[in-house]
Amino acid sequence: MNAPPLRTPPPPSGYDVDRVREDFPILRTRVHGHPLVYLDNAATTQKPQSVIDALVRYYTEENANVHRGVYQLSALATERYEEAREAVRTYLHAQTSNEIVFLRGATEAINLVANSFGQAFVRAGDEIVLTEIEHHSNIVPWQMLCARSGARLRIIPVDETGEINLKQAAEIIGPKTRMVAFSHVSNALGTILPVAELTSLAHAQGAAVLIDGAQAASHIAVDVRRLACDFYVCSGHKMYGPTGIGVLYARERWLEDLPPWQGGGDMIETVHFDKTTYASAPAKFEAGTPNIAGACGLTAALRYLQTLGLSRIAHHEHDLLEYATARMRELEGVRIIGQSTHKAAVLSFVVEGVHPHDVGTLLDQDGIAVRAGHHCAMPTIERYRVPATVRASFGLYNTHEEVNRFIEALARVREMFLT
Amino acid sequence: MNPMLSLYQEIILDHNRHPRNFGHLDPCTHKAQGFNPLCGDKVLLTLNVGDEDKQILEIAFEGTGCAISVASASLMTEALRNLPVEDARGLIEAVHDLIVEGTVPELLEEERYARLKALAGVHEFPARVKCATLAWQTLRAALDRKTQEISSDPRF
Ligand SMILES: Cc1ncc(COP(=O)(O)O)c(C=O)c1O
Repeated sequence: MNAPPLRTPPPPSGYDVDRVREDFPILRTRVHGHPLVYLDNAATTQKPQSVIDALVRYYTEENANVHRGVYQLSALATERYEEAREAVRTYLHAQTSNEIVFLRGATEAINLVANSFGQAFVRAGDEIVLTEIEHHSNIVPWQMLCARSGARLRIIPVDETGEINLKQAAEIIGPKTRMVAFSHVSNALGTILPVAELTSLAHAQGAAVLIDGAQAASHIAVDVRRLACDFYVCSGHKMYGPTGIGVLYARERWLEDLPPWQGGGDMIETVHFDKTTYASAPAKFEAGTPNIAGACGLTAALRYLQTLGLSRIAHHEHDLLEYATARMRELEGVRIIGQSTHKAAVLSFVVEGVHPHDVGTLLDQDGIAVRAGHHCAMPTIERYRVPATVRASFGLYNTHEEVNRFIEALARVREMFLT
Repeated sequence: MNPMLSLYQEIILDHNRHPRNFGHLDPCTHKAQGFNPLCGDKVLLTLNVGDEDKQILEIAFEGTGCAISVASASLMTEALRNLPVEDARGLIEAVHDLIVEGTVPELLEEERYARLKALAGVHEFPARVKCATLAWQTLRAALDRKTQEISSDPRF
């Protein structure tokens, strides 16, 4: 079956954000009497109608378990599920669809690698290298691995602007390094990391590379072969798809060598009480009934993104970020945290004399949804010597008009607190 | 009243700008550290309680947090000075009812506690309830002589 047609095909040139917005029913919501301005896209993105329709269609017409029944409906569900794998392969430019493993999200994908890769390749005295600006989900699984194996964590620092110090990275990544794991885009600061340079440094020392693409995959075009990484992870819900579905890309050379992580149905070939043999990848890593509906929704989300065009989305978001940054710089007493040269659509900041939570509550009264807190990146926040930040993160449906409303509301917050 | 104005009443903004009894007592008889892992708010409470009469002679707080949590702690320290420990426990319950249940207990109608009613607006903001209750929970831990850091708990 072909993909359902998009409700709003974008114009051939330019980017018609008003038409894009019509695809997202939730954007018609009002909050405290104001139209919703959703600026928490780094936490999760809203869903276009085509994704919602895909979920409804799956449960209305196609629901059955996969890889099991000989009956038509099960075959259809299996087809949908494998179609999703192929859609992800194309989207990430992987070599084969066997390299695509479906999991719950980026977090589960990192945990799988930390466990499976850790069990096979990490020993006492080895080193796992991270950066100072990782999300907790790219810290804690490695800490747990270190506790189990006796390996050691090493951290690449960032400078005041939020950029990775590559000179120090080159000193830290060494012969004991087994894995270098870093985000593609930092969720707390918006920094786009020098992934190519970090990957070369790691590979030169024979270490593997995991890139946490949770914040990148819906904002910049990802080509895992060009990146040359060993693992790449992302979450469907941050890519305009459903929650509960995420992706691990594992380069083919690892598929055989990595042991399974969880055991159960679907991941086996034969089971006897004295011996079990495992299925080959990707099934080996997908124990139990998967999130089939989520996979269908993800297919729809990826098609949506591809139809709009990643480069046009990136261009639009970059415009918004530049505009918002310039307007924010005009505000007195507002300090932007994270000012690296290469940034994705994340604007983290603090308002002098006003705690981030108060900023968040006050903006919410104007219908503006932002995140206030540590953004699951406590070490990052500590690095900048603030207790928390406010974060506005932009998506493909945000507008300049929304940036204006956000900046004007922010100016009122300061007025209220300081006068 | 506009819910925003009832949350950020002038008295709250004032206590946030100029927290009362800010700092810590050394030595002290009672001490507890409160932490809200969700938002990172921290409060350290130190008290000197009289040996004989079990009265709170001195109290101080320090830490970081939003206007609601700072003002709540500051208002609390003002209300507690020279209060018998047993009365302080009663006050914790009354403030709980005010913030969590949204009722105004009779105790808070008394002149010396009336200012605490400025915290009533928090009830309308479920996401902020923990900010307002952190100091009070920490107080309970200090009076119970719990030495461990406590985490803010929605049950208060
Ligand atoms: C950089 C980064 N990595 C990992 C994650 C975890 O994603 P999930 O919670 O969907 O597993 C997030 C989500 O906030 C993130 O921003």
